[in-house]
Parts: sequence; structure tokens; C-alpha cells
Amino acid sequence: MWSELFLVPFLTGLALALVLPLLGCYLRLRDEWLAALAYAHVAAGGALAALVAGLPPVAGGLLATALAGAGKRFAAARLSGAASYALLLLGGWSVAVLLAANLPLAERLAHALFDGQLYFADRVLLALAVAGGGLALFVLRRLSGRLLLARLYPDLFALRGLPQWPVQLGFDLLAALLLALATMSLGVMAAFALLFVPPWLAFRRGRQWRHGLCWAAAGGVIAYTAAFALALQFDQPFGPVLALVLVGLGLLIA
Amino acid sequence: MSCLLHAEALVAGWQQPATPALDLQVAAGEIVGLAGPNGVGKSTLLAAVAGRAQLFAGRLTVAPGLRLALQTQQVPPVEGLPLSGRDLLALTGASFDGLPPWLAGRLDCRLDQLSGGQRHYLALWAVVAAPADLLLLDEPTNHLDAAGVVHLGQILRQRAAAGAGILIVSHDAEFVAAVCCRTLLLEAPDVV
Repeated sequence: MWSELFLVPFLTGLALALVLPLLGCYLRLRDEWLAALAYAHVAAGGALAALVAGLPPVAGGLLATALAGAGKRFAAARLSGAASYALLLLGGWSVAVLLAANLPLAERLAHALFDGQLYFADRVLLALAVAGGGLALFVLRRLSGRLLLARLYPDLFALRGLPQWPVQLGFDLLAALLLALATMSLGVMAAFALLFVPPWLAFRRGRQWRHGLCWAAAGGVIAYTAAFALALQFDQPFGPVLALVLVGLGLLIA
Repeated sequence: MSCLLHAEALVAGWQQPATPALDLQVAAGEIVGLAGPNGVGKSTLLAAVAGRAQLFAGRLTVAPGLRLALQTQQVPPVEGLPLSGRDLLALTGASFDGLPPWLAGRLDCRLDQLSGGQRHYLALWAVVAAPADLLLLDEPTNHLDAAGVVHLGQILRQRAAAGAGILIVSHDAEFVAAVCCRTLLLEAPDVV
């Protein structure tokens, strides 16, 4: 397992398994957990569109989600609540399925994206995951208090003259880019599972906010490590194994 | 005493004018009450002072660099969140000094495991004890028991004595009479 063949994929997923649950806590705080599915599908659609256009799929996925994350904020007046995420999810899924249905090359990548292609992660993806994860940790640490204040005391947040863009556009963009990276490596449903289940457990079990974040990060890393080992041991696709491990963990702990 | 807030013939509203014209001053160290029947626009005026509602007429002047804190009737959505009272107070920068004994010992409990009254008082405390020069309070005694109302009155007097200005909208005539230096009765179309 520790040969480079598996070490690079393992570390790529580990970086994401640490940071995705933390991001999920803030999405859950904002009642935006559906964002995980939406951005993951947009990333898949963008990656396939890029492949068809002869561009690197990773770049296509990142660009599509970045545009979706930024565009969502500009359309916020008309797409309040979860409507924007539902539309992004449907749009991303439709583009991905149509491309896969009509182009054999896209079909193979679509399968990989939806099932997860962690074992094919290379050093470039590892570097992106580590850099993206590190950036996300830094930004979330800086924004944590403001995200909480904006959610719980929006009037006080406004009266203090705190800038809106970091907790709106900035956070949306961060979530979109991290989800794109996760989709490119872990797959659509594995990324969603890491973003949904550990924060759900953390919100049920955490006594304080930091305690909840520790629950989420620990849950994500433990479930990921167990799933990676199980998938390798039994030669199974990683995404479904991780989702099952997280479902089991959720039922056990919740 | 320096004037923190000065309103002249102020008319406020959301999409259209919704209040009678109001003349109002709040000085440092002063607690002013704003009373009147439902629907006359008391909360809207408070929101206008905080910059949330629109000004349709008159003039509103606030002291330069004034730090405002607004408590609304909306309860912070803490249900289901892994948040303790200590988290909540740290979030707004509220002081822990002066918390009532029946809350001081429960600061590390999750907010959604406190009683409704305890949770409400902590949410109110997070604003009342936050760093601010002018406090705007909208029906602060809602959901408080008698002990909470008494304690709130003491804390507001302490804050005013320390130099803060306080503007209170309340239906609780007894509380307003006990705490406020003076009260404005808002009635359509004029302030009496």
C-alpha cells in the first residue's frame, strides 16, 4: 500500500478527507449542504466539456465550478435558498450525461468521475489537493467567526461594517473549487458523502463549535482511511466503499 | 452628555413610509424608551437608525465612529448547531462579567440544550454586553421571566452609567417606566 503507486492517491484523498468535512460544517451552518452535490455535478459536466474541447478535464472542472460559485452570488436575488443549488445540480448532471451518451471518450471519464478515480491521482493532483486543502484551512480559520456572526447576528455583522464579499462570494468560490478538486479525485458521491456525513455527526455530537469541527475532521479522516484500505484489500471501487463506510459510521454514532 | 443620535422629523419605512415623523435624541449615558401601539412603526424606526430600513423624510445624525448594536425580535437560529453559550458570547465580543448566576454556570452547555428562556437571555446578552456605544433593543423583555427582566434592567443601568446610550422599543410599560430616563409615545400621525 505504501508504494508510490498507492501513496500518491492516498495522500491526495487524505488532504481532501481532512478539509471537506470542515467545509461541510460551514455549508451546513448556512443550510447549504446541497451545494456539495451541485458543485460536484457541475465539476463533472465541466470536466467532460473540457475533454470534448481538447482541454485538460481538471481545468474544465475547476473553471466550471468557479463560474458557478461566482455566478450563483450574482443571481442570488432571483435564486434564493436552495434553488440555485438545485438548478446547478440539474444543469451539471444533464450536461455530463448528454456528453457521456454521445461521445465514447466522455463516457469513460464520466464513469470515472461518478465512481471516483482516486487510484489514478498523480503528483499534479496531489499538489493541487494539498495546496487547495491548505488554502481552505487558512481561509476557513480566518473566516470562521465572520461566517458564524453573519449567520447568527446578520444585523450586528452589517453594523460592524464588516465586508460582505469574503463570507458570500469568497466562501462560495472556495466551496466550488474544493468540490471540483474532490470530484476529480474522489468522485461525485464520495465527495458529497465526506461533505455531508461527518458534519451531520459533528452537529449532533459536538458540544461546542471547535469540538464539532474536531468531530467532523476526525470522522472524515477515519472513514477515508478505513475505506481506502478496504477498497484496496477487496479490490473494489473507492467511492462506493467510502460512502458505505460513512453510512455505517453515521448509523453507529448518530 | 454628548449626543449620540439625533433625529429630526424622521419618517422611515421599508418600501414606503410607515412611521409618523419623529424627533428623537439619545445622549451618552441615557436610556430612552419608544412606546406605542402595534403597527405604528417602532421597530421600523429602530431598523432605520441601524441602517436597515429606508429614510423617507427628515434627518438622522449619528456621532462619528459610533459603534451600534441592534437586538431584533428574531431569535438567532441556533437549533441543531454545536454551539455553546461561551461560543455565542465570544462571537459578538460580549463581556462575560455580570452574567446572572443561573446562566454563568451553563455557558459550556449547547445552546439547544438550554431552556427557551435561558437561550433567549444568552442571545440577548450577546448583544447587550457587546462592545457598542449605542444599543438598540427591540422588545428585549420578550420570553424573559421576572428574574430575567430584573437582571436586564440592572445591566442596562450599568451600561448607561458606563457611558452607553440605549434606545428601547417595548410593550412592557412597567419595564420601560423602571429603566428609561424618558419615554417617547409614538402615535400616528404625530409623536406626543
